[in-house]
Amino acid sequence: MSILIYVESQNGKVAKSAKELASYARAYADKTGQDVVAVGAGLDDADELFKYGVNKVLKVNNESLKQFNAFAHAQMIADAAKTSEAKIVLISSSNDAVYLGPVLADLLEAGYVSHVISLPEEKDVFVVKRKVFSNKGIAYTEILTDKKLLRIAKNSFGLIENAVEGTIESFEPDVDLSVYEVYKVVNVEKATGKISLSDADIVVSAGRGMKGPENWGMIEELADVLGAATACSKPVADLGWRPHQEHVGQTGKQVAPNLYIAVGISGAIQHLAGVNGSKNMLVINNDPEAPFFKAADYGVVGDAFEVVPKLIEKLKAFKQQ
Amino acid sequence: MKILFLMSSVPDTTSKINFTDNDTKFDESGIQYVINPHDEFGLTKAVQIKEKNGAEITVLNVGTAKTESVIRKVLAIGADKAVRIDVDPTDSYFTAVQIADYIKKHNDFDLIIAGKESLDYNGGMVHGLVARMTGLKFINAVIGLELKADNTVEVAREIDGGKEVIQTSLPLIIGGQKGLVKEEELRIPNMRGIMMARKKPLEVIAPVEASIRTKIEKFEKPAPKGSIKLVDKDNLDELIDLLHNEAKVI
Ligand SMILES: Cc1cc2nc3c(=O)[nH]c(=O)nc-3n(C[C@H](O)[C@H](O)[C@H](O)COP(=O)(O)OP(=O)(O)OC[C@H]3O[C@@H](n4cnc5c(N)ncnc54)[C@H](O)[C@@H]3O)c2cc1C
Ligand SMILES: Nc1ncnc2c1ncn2[C@@H]1O[C@H](COP(=O)(O)O)[C@@H](O)[C@H]1O
Repeated sequence: MSILIYVESQNGKVAKSAKELASYARAYADKTGQDVVAVGAGLDDADELFKYGVNKVLKVNNESLKQFNAFAHAQMIADAAKTSEAKIVLISSSNDAVYLGPVLADLLEAGYVSHVISLPEEKDVFVVKRKVFSNKGIAYTEILTDKKLLRIAKNSFGLIENAVEGTIESFEPDVDLSVYEVYKVVNVEKATGKISLSDADIVVSAGRGMKGPENWGMIEELADVLGAATACSKPVADLGWRPHQEHVGQTGKQVAPNLYIAVGISGAIQHLAGVNGSKNMLVINNDPEAPFFKAADYGVVGDAFEVVPKLIEKLKAFKQQ
Repeated sequence: MKILFLMSSVPDTTSKINFTDNDTKFDESGIQYVINPHDEFGLTKAVQIKEKNGAEITVLNVGTAKTESVIRKVLAIGADKAVRIDVDPTDSYFTAVQIADYIKKHNDFDLIIAGKESLDYNGGMVHGLVARMTGLKFINAVIGLELKADNTVEVAREIDGGKEVIQTSLPLIIGGQKGLVKEEELRIPNMRGIMMARKKPLEVIAPVEASIRTKIEKFEKPAPKGSIKLVDKDNLDELIDLLHNEAKVI
């Protein structure tokens, strides 16, 4: 028996999320005496996965499959699960994985659980913890089916290096490629060069406290210094100060970086619901009563227009050390 | 054109979440239910299509009688009729079977509009499962939809770091979200709509037999945050030290 992970790639390289899946799978495999198998298309650096405990990579070289299609990729994963006799399949919480999740669950006839934040509990029934009510609750969820599909919440397990000797096998999955005609991709727009919000280790986010779009220079500079992605609160996106893709919160993107910095954001419950999976939160706000101070780990009470430029200078000096 | 709108009714986003019965049940006391925020964008899109091209909109909800006030709101915003499948939707697979069964029996919807995720149990799967069970085409995280001549449709979906435009054809199921229509276009019920909604048909049907695939054993609240460390604005070196040595994030 084995645990199968679906490996996504960026420009042919194994995505960070896949390394987290591998870390999770390895930890559970060690407890249950199983192998970890990975499947993915492209993957120029498939051997990276060995570092995180993958025993075998099923590498798909089919040119069509290098482009994402939810139905084709779900078939590819289902076929890999069959080949590797996997009962447990793991996917990430990327937009692509979220899209193919239910399709794959149906193909596998698996019980499917999203936003998983823990390894399965060690008892006779299969139970995992997952986030519900937009991070305001945790549900211990039992999966009743023989096959199980888990969508792991971003940054909930972390990357754990645990190198094993692995092998790479080329794999030709049984996929009906006609779906690429049914869903014809006619245009892709992707921000290049910038750190993507969903992958970023640090996110610098700002709200209405910034007064206007012309003041975002310092937010971008702070992000630059930290190698962070930028985000914003909902009203900021609604006002057109920032692009909609940056809107985080319950109705925007869910982010869970190692550090979330909130500048001039009050910390409304709907905002927190999308960011409180972050490992650490730093809030900069001139109102000591702002609700965000109740949710954050670190805080500075002060005017952003004074604190942020100073912080940038200090960070630059720190980085040079 | 016939549109089916799949409506999930969820606690208002400001709700305090508590659990009862030894933490095995969600505490519904004092909870206000609303249309799932992700679904709202799709509902407005449906109404816009109806106004532009003509369409009949049916709203379908799997839920107990307590969702009826929310269903009425959907009728007030512009749906023409409503169907409620009378059962508590505790498992996504079970819920999807109910919806798929209804769609197969009617088999005449051109466009089925759902949201990408319910903001209660955050499954993000009912609509995708329905697509598989009915054999209908499916696109998720939809941020744009344009109907073209001869049943083709151009759909933009959000991808990590951008968007992708897909050309396909009806019939189709979409999982909508913010972006599908603009925030300021979102419809809210007006007086006339509310009056008209009272006369619109709301059919209640019995669920079909189905198994469940997952079961919640118990709930728990996330561990409370430790208290915040406040740093003086004139002592940012201390902040950098904390981020570097304590949090280890820079
Ligand atoms: C259904 C629904 C869904 C929602 N979904 C989301 C969501 O997904 N994401 C989201 O963000 N919101 C969401 N909201 C909106 C949310 O309720 C808040 O209105 C919003 O988050 C407030 O944004 P803000 O903090 O930027 O602005 P404000 O609430 O106006 O806060 C501005 C903050 O900046 C501070 N400030 C002002 N000047 C300065 C200065 N010079 N220096 C430092 N600080 C300063 C103020 O003290 C204040 O705390 C939703 C609301 C609803 C009803
Ligand atoms: N009980 C329900 N009745 C009707 N539609 C639902 C129901 N539950 C979920 N849906 C639809 O499926 C989408 C995804 O839901 P979920 O899988 O619960 O996150 C929602 O946005 C709704 O459009």
